[in-house]
Amino acid sequence: MKAHCTPSVLRLFLFLLCVSFATRAQEDLLPVPKVHTSLYDQAAFLSKGEHFALEQKLLRYQDSTSTQIVVVTVTSIGSNDISMYGAELAQKWGIGQKGKDNGVLLLVAKNERKINISTGYGVEHLLTDALSRRIIETLIKPQFKLQNYYAGLDQATTAIIQVLSGEFDAAPKAKRTKNNSKIKALFILVVLVFFLLFRNKKGGGGNGSRSHSSDLLTALLLSNMGSRRGFGGSAGFGGGGFGGGFGGGSFGGGGASGGW
Amino acid sequence: MKKWLPFITIAVIVVWTYGSIKGFNNTAVVYEEDAKTTWSNVESSYQRRTDLIPNLVATVKGYAAHESETLEAVIKARAAATSMKIDTGNLSPEKMAQFQKAQQGLSGALGRLMVVAERYPDLKANTNFLELQSQLEGTENRINVARNRFNNGVNAYNKHIKIFPNSVFAGWLGFEEMARYQAAEGSEKAPEVKF
Repeated sequence: MKAHCTPSVLRLFLFLLCVSFATRAQEDLLPVPKVHTSLYDQAAFLSKGEHFALEQKLLRYQDSTSTQIVVVTVTSIGSNDISMYGAELAQKWGIGQKGKDNGVLLLVAKNERKINISTGYGVEHLLTDALSRRIIETLIKPQFKLQNYYAGLDQATTAIIQVLSGEFDAAPKAKRTKNNSKIKALFILVVLVFFLLFRNKKGGGGNGSRSHSSDLLTALLLSNMGSRRGFGGSAGFGGGGFGGGFGGGSFGGGGASGGW
Repeated sequence: MKKWLPFITIAVIVVWTYGSIKGFNNTAVVYEEDAKTTWSNVESSYQRRTDLIPNLVATVKGYAAHESETLEAVIKARAAATSMKIDTGNLSPEKMAQFQKAQQGLSGALGRLMVVAERYPDLKANTNFLELQSQLEGTENRINVARNRFNNGVNAYNKHIKIFPNSVFAGWLGFEEMARYQAAEGSEKAPEVKF
């Protein structure tokens, strides 16, 4: 019995070892925040009012376009290369919508005095590396040198919004409801067919069973309506962050970096 | 009852072995395919860099035509790098080493070209050159990201086939260790800048 036990125990141990190794590689990246919003000012560059204004601006933008622009300021990124750090952080957080990959991360490292713009796969062709660099060089850098951090970030995000204008819209939510209702309609149809077949077999059927089935049907329809209402509620925007959280967009290292 | 005990034991062992080998095999296949997918990203990032070079060379030529030696070195290195392609089905360490060598040759030649460009203020102020330069930087970062993800994928696969008892199954089923993308030789040293 003992001999039987050891391999599996060993395997478990090795497995745990592997897991701990796998997580270690990602350890210096910031963890995915609990509340998914558009601004994380960890290095405290902004006042409360500025924080609110910038966050709201970017949240409103995602509401109308589904594009997620996230600004993150940190005190230090250690010995990491900021371009790589930005890309991996954005990938880990999943900024932008899955499939559209329309996320942009603007990362500022205070101690290293470095700025990075990371672009998702879906925006690379609009917000090119060259444009990202120009935004950093001409908009962020001069303002940051004068310690006008809000002005720099505000102008940079406005420029990014202009560059991306017209490319994405907030269609995915509407689409999803459409799909949902299609599936639901099919489901109801199947139930109806079963219901009719059942009645035919019974040959007219008693009053009791009939009313029971129609009850089931009404219940289904009602629950369907209820869930639809629920979905609409979740799509609404409460002010605490991105409507649906980070969407799982992918990043491949596009963008540019600079220092001030 | 006693008569059946050996049969039951054998049946249990057979089922258990089959289950664990199947589990091992399927996970290994998934890891292997994932790693291969990330490899195609590495190659396309390098391809992106090669595609930038003709434009870059043309722009630099316009301002520094007499730096023909450096320019030609870049063109040659580009040709060498383009000729070197790896099929994802054959990610052997030797092939990988050849690929890396060709790409590092190009990195070196490009690095020298950029040092040369520093000497021409007009070139440095040229918007076309600046755009190409930032594209090149972005591409280098894409390469780093893709390489990193490839190595992570290979790591996951290698770990999976090397731990016990998977290592035994891997031997039976012919899963071989995949090669990582090594850091460039001498890349831990900062590049020398001559004036």
